[in-house]
Amino acid sequence: MSDHMQAGTIEIAGNNADEIEAYLAEPVGRGKVGGVLVIHHMPGYDRETKEICRTFAVRGYAALCPNLFHRYAPGAKWQDQSAAAREAGGVPDEQALGDFEGAIAHLRSLADHNGKIGVIGYCSGGRQTYMTACNLDIDAAVDCYGGGVVIDSPDQITPQRPVAPIDMTAKMSCPLLGLFGALDRSPSPAHVAKMEEVLREHGKDFEFHSYPEAGHGFFSVDYPMYHRDSARDGWKQIWDFYGRHLA
Amino acid sequence: MCTYIAETDDVKATAYAHGEWMDVHRTVVSMDHPYKVPVEHALCIDFRTGDPSRRVAVELHPDDARRLAYSILSALQR
Repeated sequence: MSDHMQAGTIEIAGNNADEIEAYLAEPVGRGKVGGVLVIHHMPGYDRETKEICRTFAVRGYAALCPNLFHRYAPGAKWQDQSAAAREAGGVPDEQALGDFEGAIAHLRSLADHNGKIGVIGYCSGGRQTYMTACNLDIDAAVDCYGGGVVIDSPDQITPQRPVAPIDMTAKMSCPLLGLFGALDRSPSPAHVAKMEEVLREHGKDFEFHSYPEAGHGFFSVDYPMYHRDSARDGWKQIWDFYGRHLA
Repeated sequence: MCTYIAETDDVKATAYAHGEWMDVHRTVVSMDHPYKVPVEHALCIDFRTGDPSRRVAVELHPDDARRLAYSILSALQR
């Protein structure tokens, strides 16, 4: 199998047709391939997120990650964009969904797209993945330790995040893979158990894996919470899951 | 844990970095993933100037942040 790919920053039309930055990594010379929307973690649109996109491309998927913080400080460094987004109170769910819709449309427009779309998100992106699976037309979703899908108190409902994703579960329209760390506090094992209960109640197609030695962010190679063995098995689960649903 | 914990306050202040003083108009205090300090969650203070690229950011171990808070209050009470 060839591992050729090409990658770089592009502009896409996001929510309200806003031009936003995005990172696209595409396989080269491998015929029709599935598309993967990559949703970056709370720290922002960083080096390791781009590496994740390239990893998908090497494995034969076109991966696109929109920079959800771009419009808060266009042209600034990614850390400064993240800080500006935080100052603004965070990314509203509605705006994020608009950006994801734009990114998915871009993936569908690629010449070598096979018609299938997967979504994967890390940390806050995991929550946004769950939301995407419940609101947009996609074929498979991977939630990597998304906190805030299940909320503990009403004060977690804000103008930016007006509905807890768990309350959108009835609308989920694709299979869901969940990858969690048992030492995480958000989502905690109790949150994950609640998600399983609600998904089962609604008869949804899902599979969850919780790694006993991992906390939050175990895929994050540039951060102290990276946990090699959990991440390696997690990647294995992702390849298996997308192999079944995005071929 | 990905938190959405952030407290924002308007302030009249100045901060010094890279050889110059800057006017600070807002602070954002958050408890979240740090970029540099090697802990899973840090108390982060962002001193905002109105220009996203000109800011002063501090990440503290939670224990150090608590001590700093006590020190500030102690100094203010004297």
